[in-house]
Amino acid sequence: MNYAAKRSEGAVPLSDMDQAWADLPDEDFTRLKDSARQTDAIARPSKSYWQDAWSRFRKDPLAMIGLFIIVVIAIAAIVGPWLSQYTYDGQDIANQNQGPSGEHWFGTDKFGRDIFVRAMYGARISLTIGVAVAAINLVIGVIYGGISGYLGGKVDMVMMRIVDIMIGVPDLLYIILLMMFLGNTIESILLAMSLTYWIGTARMVRSQVITLKHQEYVLAARATGSSNMRILFKHLIPNSMGPIIVTVTFLVPSAIFTEAFLSFLGIGIQVPMASWGTLVNDAVPTLFTQPYQMLFPAIAISVTMFALNFIGDGLRDALDPRLKK
Amino acid sequence: MKLLDVQNLRTTFHIEAGQVQAVRGISFHVNKGESIGIVGESGSGKSVSMLSLLKLLPSNAKLEADSVLFDGIELVKTDQKAMRKMLGNDIGMIFQDPMTSLNPLFTIGEQIMEPLRIHQKLSKEEARKKAIEILRTVEIPSPESRLKQYPHEFSGGMRQRVMIAIALSCSPKLLIADEPTTALDVTIQAQILDLMRDLRNKMDVSIVMITHDLGVIANMCNRIVVMYGGTIVEQGTTREIFYEPKHPYTWGLLRSIPQFSEGEKKKLISIPGSPPDLLRPPQGCAFTARCPHAMKICEKLPPQQISLSDTHQAACWLMHPKAAPHAKEVIS
Amino acid sequence: MAGYIVKRFFASILTMFVLITITFFLMHAVPGGPFSPAEERKVPKSVMEKMEEKFGLNEPLGVQYVNYLKSIAQGDLGISFKQSDVTVNELISRGFPVSAKVGLIAIVIALIVGMLLGITSAIKRGKWPDWLSMIVATIGISIPNFVMTVLMLFLFVVVMKLLPSYGLSSWKHYILPVAGLAFGPIAYIARLMRSSMLEVMRQDYILTARAKGVPEYRVIFKHALKNAIIPIVTYLGPLVAALLTGSFIVERIFSIPGIGRDFVSGISDRDYSVILGLTVFLGIFIIISNFIVDILYAIIDKRVKIEE
Repeated sequence: MNYAAKRSEGAVPLSDMDQAWADLPDEDFTRLKDSARQTDAIARPSKSYWQDAWSRFRKDPLAMIGLFIIVVIAIAAIVGPWLSQYTYDGQDIANQNQGPSGEHWFGTDKFGRDIFVRAMYGARISLTIGVAVAAINLVIGVIYGGISGYLGGKVDMVMMRIVDIMIGVPDLLYIILLMMFLGNTIESILLAMSLTYWIGTARMVRSQVITLKHQEYVLAARATGSSNMRILFKHLIPNSMGPIIVTVTFLVPSAIFTEAFLSFLGIGIQVPMASWGTLVNDAVPTLFTQPYQMLFPAIAISVTMFALNFIGDGLRDALDPRLKK
Repeated sequence: MKLLDVQNLRTTFHIEAGQVQAVRGISFHVNKGESIGIVGESGSGKSVSMLSLLKLLPSNAKLEADSVLFDGIELVKTDQKAMRKMLGNDIGMIFQDPMTSLNPLFTIGEQIMEPLRIHQKLSKEEARKKAIEILRTVEIPSPESRLKQYPHEFSGGMRQRVMIAIALSCSPKLLIADEPTTALDVTIQAQILDLMRDLRNKMDVSIVMITHDLGVIANMCNRIVVMYGGTIVEQGTTREIFYEPKHPYTWGLLRSIPQFSEGEKKKLISIPGSPPDLLRPPQGCAFTARCPHAMKICEKLPPQQISLSDTHQAACWLMHPKAAPHAKEVIS
Repeated sequence: MAGYIVKRFFASILTMFVLITITFFLMHAVPGGPFSPAEERKVPKSVMEKMEEKFGLNEPLGVQYVNYLKSIAQGDLGISFKQSDVTVNELISRGFPVSAKVGLIAIVIALIVGMLLGITSAIKRGKWPDWLSMIVATIGISIPNFVMTVLMLFLFVVVMKLLPSYGLSSWKHYILPVAGLAFGPIAYIARLMRSSMLEVMRQDYILTARAKGVPEYRVIFKHALKNAIIPIVTYLGPLVAALLTGSFIVERIFSIPGIGRDFVSGISDRDYSVILGLTVFLGIFIIISNFIVDILYAIIDKRVKIEE
């Protein structure tokens, strides 16, 4: 039909319209029934927040690779040491400073200990600390930030002034100090890291709660007589879960880093237990002669940090509704 | 004498999900000294069409057109760099939200003087004098001291005056105002419109006013272009659009203007439904899904632009002779 | 703005108090330290005499605390438990200039490289410079600084034999320590700059600047950069802290005679008073840097008010 081509040439008076136009079948000029028209043209399938987030996360190749790596490392950390014939502290004077081989995949250290098994124990320690620190600080942060934001007023002001002061305290310095006084155990690492790590979460939760608490469904809950605690933990916190998860996810790599850093300085995990930081530290004096002793733990910790950061980035993109199209 | 003549403009955004055909072949013009209004709801392509021909869209937007002549210059072939030399100098722009349109970290003075320094190569002192003068023109009191202040020290209405001052500082031939009053209080809206009318007469500038509210431009514009779903559905003089509208969408727009002057209580009608998804634009007329008078043909084929007078054009199948029975029913 | 600075000033002072109070009580908790009952003390006699003279060890706790505050206010950070002839002040006056020099170079490099990477990345979003910068940034964020430093030492000293491994006697000696310190911050700044720049480029006032006919380079480097740089300014405080703790690693690995090395040897010698004294010094240093950054921030962004 030449009619379509004509359209782009600009406006034409009715009298100039061609025959094809005039001859359009009568049938076409009957009314469309209301039901035949889609009044809502933009009808995309609706998904719940979490389904939507998961489908976005799944499409992020880096995040999925990260997730895969962490699962593999976690499995190795849990079952690996059982399957190995070596133990983390089993010394073998005959096989000191052996390079990587079929018997010792990552080689042995100066006491003849198998570095592969020690690295798997290191994974246990690192992952435990990462997850535990994230969990502890999630709880403290949610409670502190939630109460501060929800109650508002003077309580909020005092609580936030405390945060202002705490945030100025250089945390790594104080974690080092505490570790020196508390002794080199996992418990003291967890305690030391629970002093300041919750601040970021608390601030984030507070600002989320403040934005949400004026919304209608919260007012409705209050009108029906729900208690403050119920509103806070049934409505406000669940609705802030996306950003909370993102913030807490990033605590995992930073806790793992801090533990490794402390162990590298010699105030982390006690010998003969070894975390990845200890392993790298132990390997520095022999760097020139046995570089493999440093290389494998270094790769293990770096790959884990990569994976966790990818997961964190992926979660942020998936859970941040501002990026939703 | 045409200042701006746009022929068959198409703008496409390339996004992950595909191509969004935001503007789908529109033609209109602006005469010298004339004000036109481009009306439509958000997503109709009214802002995008102007931004794209000024090369102000992000790089994933593609502009195609048979021709876009501004003051005799072909804009389709003009690159972004050359376009910038015209922007601010020959063409001024004002935007919707004065609270976010000014850079918060520079003083008002710096922001007004910048186009003067870039385009007219004025010295700092000359630019300052000119800036004071133009602030006085937009009726901002004590301009000398206001010059040194930051945007957060101004109210919304005052900021929009500053935006107008910036846009008019180099005495442009064309002023494009993108919803200049939408974000303002009603009383301030009236002041800003009065100011714009005033300045148009004083400074001899053509205006393109983009808005979703026909009421805003009734007293302001000579001609009106009505856009829907990336196409122009009707255009004509303000008189023609208000008194002889031909397109059902225009009727809908007219009915949604609140009319306080009339004594009788008139029902304020909104148009149900939402605009088409331009990722998958409809085959026929874009308004079919929301049109109360839709016919089978409307879904199948896009309607031809029919010219009803030298100035009035509309694209609607109701004007087809075979639709006459419906058309009668609709009018009665 | 004045109100904001006053508020930040008092917050900083309070933070200092908290910090000093924590260290005071930790001092008391030192196992076998000077505040323990006489029979449990494991501190040389000469140290005890000086401590007695300064704090009055038999006075009530409150008096001791006030004495401790006084001595810190006078700039006296204590003496080593292990060697009575070494004071913390001496360690600082010897070590701090060395650390500060390396640290300052690292700050400058981290800022320049990080910002350039971030800006390039934002402008060339989705193209290869963006990918490249973000790969570098991800590496820098993921690999812990001590691993990175040891890896670089291995690569450039052991394998390639290009650079010296310890000391600070020539410019070549600075390369690895500075790189070790700056790598993490470069990555962080690059990511921060990129996201901040992308955020700012979406703002309405950028469209206004373009519509005024401002050339694109000027839109980026004048209108956008000044806004985008604000998060970088607020990062300067944490950056100083990161470099100080980073110096523990780098100075130890490269045997640089700075304050970080003193800190680490204090840890391995269990020389509590040195650690506490250095912590107070570094803590106050970080708090003051944070305060300066707050003022800087207020100067750049005139909108800051007393309430956030």
